[in-house]
Amino acid sequence: MQNPTYAIQVDDLTVAYNYKPVLWDIDLHVPEGVLMAIVGPNGAGKSTLIKAILGILDPIAGSVSIYGKPYEKQRKQVAYVPQKGSVDWDFPTTALDVVMMGTYGQLGWIKRPSTKEKKASLEALEKVGMLAFKSRQISQLSGGQQQRVFLARALVQNASIYFMDEPFQGVDATTEIAIINILKELRKAGKTVVVVHHDLQTVPEYFDWVTFLNVKKIATGPVKEIFNDDNLTKTYGINYKVAVNK
Amino acid sequence: MTITDYFNLLWTDYTLRTITLGTAVLGAICGMLGSFAVLRKQSLLGDAISHAALPGIAVAFLITGAKDSNTLLLGALVSGLLGTFWIRGIITKTHLKTDTALGLILSLFFGFGMLLLTFIQKQPNANQAGLDKYLFGQAATLVESDVILMVVVTGISLLILLLFWKEFKILLFDADYTKTLGFNTKFIDTLITFFIVLAIVLGLQTVGVVLMSAMLLAPAAAARQWTNRLSTMIFIAAIFGAFSGVFGTAISASQNNLSTGPVIVLVASVFVLVSFVFSPGRGLLFKQIRFLQNRRDLKLQKTLQFMYDIVSTHDNISHPHAIRILNNFQGFTKKTLQQLEEKKWITLSGQQWSMTQKGFNKAENLYNQSDTND
Repeated sequence: MQNPTYAIQVDDLTVAYNYKPVLWDIDLHVPEGVLMAIVGPNGAGKSTLIKAILGILDPIAGSVSIYGKPYEKQRKQVAYVPQKGSVDWDFPTTALDVVMMGTYGQLGWIKRPSTKEKKASLEALEKVGMLAFKSRQISQLSGGQQQRVFLARALVQNASIYFMDEPFQGVDATTEIAIINILKELRKAGKTVVVVHHDLQTVPEYFDWVTFLNVKKIATGPVKEIFNDDNLTKTYGINYKVAVNK
Repeated sequence: MTITDYFNLLWTDYTLRTITLGTAVLGAICGMLGSFAVLRKQSLLGDAISHAALPGIAVAFLITGAKDSNTLLLGALVSGLLGTFWIRGIITKTHLKTDTALGLILSLFFGFGMLLLTFIQKQPNANQAGLDKYLFGQAATLVESDVILMVVVTGISLLILLLFWKEFKILLFDADYTKTLGFNTKFIDTLITFFIVLAIVLGLQTVGVVLMSAMLLAPAAAARQWTNRLSTMIFIAAIFGAFSGVFGTAISASQNNLSTGPVIVLVASVFVLVSFVFSPGRGLLFKQIRFLQNRRDLKLQKTLQFMYDIVSTHDNISHPHAIRILNNFQGFTKKTLQQLEEKKWITLSGQQWSMTQKGFNKAENLYNQSDTND
């Protein structure tokens, strides 16, 4: 039973590391054009959920479909921004070169990027405010700048759905605002954006959709309807509001 | 024989030419493929593979009873690949970490190889002598067919490298991301690893099991110091590797009783040492110099900033001020003033200084990060 109106549909997804379930029987239906936060405590399986959806991890069970078709056939519709710490930033390459990698998927095997791909990459760099740093070796960028480069690499993929793993981790306020503005722009253009997010304070301000996750899916839906104490307590195991106001 | 004699002989002596060409090509291919191993943080994989190749050589000899180098290398290739897959298997299927898996396979295969070698040496067969050259290598045994094989393999790996350049690069940088783009990362990974194993096996005869990993790592580690571009790094690594081969052969040929393999490795290490100290971007020497320079510049900038604070209270920025008013400022010396004037940030006349437009702009943008270095 596939409902083509959902941008992302996850059914019965279960992932385990060494017999211990990390994600348990996740059903997740994300409508098109939302900006969704995935929230949950450490070890809740937020990154794992994204990685399992993207096929980086092999789930024990479950299926993922994008616009009603299996994910494998829809890869070009999907872009991914990994955690900044997942790569070695001392790798011998430039900011522009990293962004160009976003075009590799469209190019396919063997074919090299041409001026067209380079132009698109420069535009993406400009969009994230990093054009001046295009020839900079990536280790000489600040954490926020590296995050912007990663965002530009995803933008250049020109996808319909964006998965981002903690894009605000370790970035300053300016970069955070710059990134969230780009994400809101993406939503305005009808794209679907899924973000693993840690700062609960900013959820109502940044996002219109939210998923509470703690190994199992606690709740998913519009922020206005479900971002409440009840769900926060169920997810984090403490009365969140009381804990914050202490 | 001196080194000059060696280079003169190089053009006339067939054996010497073959050996030199062989070690040069070997150095080049090892430098090239070693760059991948270093960037993937699999530096020790090379060591494990080369040790894992030893039992293959012994088994190939036991089966065929011949010392034909191609047969033995085929055996080395098979057991090298077997060792690599076991390492992979241990890492993915158990809780053991990479270093443990490498250590386990390295000693297991090497131990088994040594066992077979001693067994072979006890055999009443005159043919077995010299099989232990694979332990430390013996470049002198290189013949034309060996060198041709090396050239062919180097050519093929160069071709593969150019063909899959984009795929190799992205896999090295970000494997997970590569997967999401729809590339078969297992295939790319296997391809890289296969050629690394091939390069190692080719080098066993010359450099030997024990020192082979240095051939792979040293030129790449040295090359990384000189560039921030992957293509340049691989190119420089190949050059360093080739030169290590040539110089190593030259030195060992010009002295008695110096075996070639270790000398090649030592020459490669010299490249590493020089690169670590003298490379402009990452070298220790220039890092220290830059550090001292920065400290001096900061002192200047501090003075300039102080002057800027005085100047900005006036409408006319070049309004002259007495040098005296700087006296209370810590870290200020006569030399500082001269240096500021040299940079054309201020002008001096008698006991007075005044700021230039250039100095004013500089001071204004001092803490602005987008301001590029002048």
